[in-house]
Amino acid sequence: MNRIARHFVSDLLEFAGGAALLAKETVQSLFVTRVSWNEVVRQLHFIGVKSQSVVLITGAFTGMVMCAQTYFQFHKVKMDTATLAVVSVSMASELGPVLTSLMVAGRIGASIAAELGTMRVTEQIDALRTLAAHPVDYLVVPRMIAILVAMPLLTAESIAVGIGAGYMIGVHLLNIDAAYLWHNTAHYTAPVDMMMGFTKSICFGAIIGLVGCYKGLSCSHGAEGVGKSTTESVVYASITILISNFFLTLVLQRLLGQ
Amino acid sequence: MIDVRQLSKRFGEQQVLKEVDLSIERGDSAVVIGASGGGKSVLLKHIIGLMTPDSGQVLIDGRNIVGLSERELIRVRSKFGLVFQMAALFDSLTVAENVGFVLNRDPKLTRAEIDRRIARVLDLVELEGTEQKKPADLSGGMRKRVGIARAIVYEPEILLYDEPTTGLDPVVSDSIDHLIMRVCRELKGTSVVVTHDMRTARRVGNKLFLLHEGRIHASGPPEELFASKDPVVYRFVNGISDASNDPQIP
Repeated sequence: MNRIARHFVSDLLEFAGGAALLAKETVQSLFVTRVSWNEVVRQLHFIGVKSQSVVLITGAFTGMVMCAQTYFQFHKVKMDTATLAVVSVSMASELGPVLTSLMVAGRIGASIAAELGTMRVTEQIDALRTLAAHPVDYLVVPRMIAILVAMPLLTAESIAVGIGAGYMIGVHLLNIDAAYLWHNTAHYTAPVDMMMGFTKSICFGAIIGLVGCYKGLSCSHGAEGVGKSTTESVVYASITILISNFFLTLVLQRLLGQ
Repeated sequence: MIDVRQLSKRFGEQQVLKEVDLSIERGDSAVVIGASGGGKSVLLKHIIGLMTPDSGQVLIDGRNIVGLSERELIRVRSKFGLVFQMAALFDSLTVAENVGFVLNRDPKLTRAEIDRRIARVLDLVELEGTEQKKPADLSGGMRKRVGIARAIVYEPEILLYDEPTTGLDPVVSDSIDHLIMRVCRELKGTSVVVTHDMRTARRVGNKLFLLHEGRIHASGPPEELFASKDPVVYRFVNGISDASNDPQIP
């Protein structure tokens, strides 16, 4: 048991140290090399455009179920018209960024780790290094820029669709008065909630990109190594997102002074 | 030009290189021979700075590259071209994009100049007309040729070949041997070939090094090593395993 715990702690420290060094190298790279904007656009299309369907479905159904559940409770105390306000605040500050990030971690984090991991085991990363290209400049920086741009946009979409879907359910299925429903939503949803959501989405984007790239670049040899890296990138990114979400909520609440 | 001093490398319990000493002069065509899994590729990767040794030095033009940062190594590596054992082509790029990878990143070169140089090296490796193909559409021999084209297109001073003929049929191996000799003649640079193919070693090298049990066991011109009466050298160059009856060394 003791040995398992030591192994876990050692793995965790190795991961944290490696990811921190990669983050430092990525920031340095932004100042010393020319960014390949063509590659950034290609990644933006893959990360942003192609993730939309997953993110939109997640946002819509989360907004719908959240609206229904809130209504079932609020109806007991005659607060039906406050239903969408709860959905709106929750989607903007918590559910929108967290669920979007978890979906993107599953789709993009895994894809980045698998792509870079395969490049590593087939010596393409070594080939890059021999061709005078730094792997961080060529592979990590465009992906990081793309994910940092795409995440707030995907999160905004998810929030908007979630609130819209909640509104449709509230008005058309649960027969809540549309004018009061909308009035309360606008009244209780503050710009701070949106700011909190967008700030979180940027932090979560950085986590997904960094974990995916680190796991891919540090992949051990063989098909088994690629599979392990891919799985670990999703698990590590998801856990890191959920843990950091708690601390970000506390810090941002204090900083933004709601 | 390339000076390896007391180089040691261990992977876990296995000591792959044991205080290896090796010196290659400018213009040499050196061949490192040795058993499979004997550390030849590891030695090659240390020469180009892809691996860090446990101890020892690798001097390129008198400068020790051990301990340099990755960004410093990038400058050193611009002198090198490496042909990988499995070609290591970028599978998302076309043949032309693979070959022109370094040139495309040079802002001083025009599109026309890049295209002209890509066409010239593809002509040299006899792969004209394959510019728009993806690596997945190529045979093993063609991939090796593209790998060679990618390594020579920017005319490096030192060319390294990691098992250039492994896994190829004898006819394609023969064509790769001739290509290596042709590249040596045309570029007039230094080349280091790692192989366990004795025909390749005899043809392309003017200096042979036998890596045995992690050390350079013997070195010299090909004719000297192929005529050697040292049991280790004799067994290796004649392909005699320990399992066979002890041969009489002439």
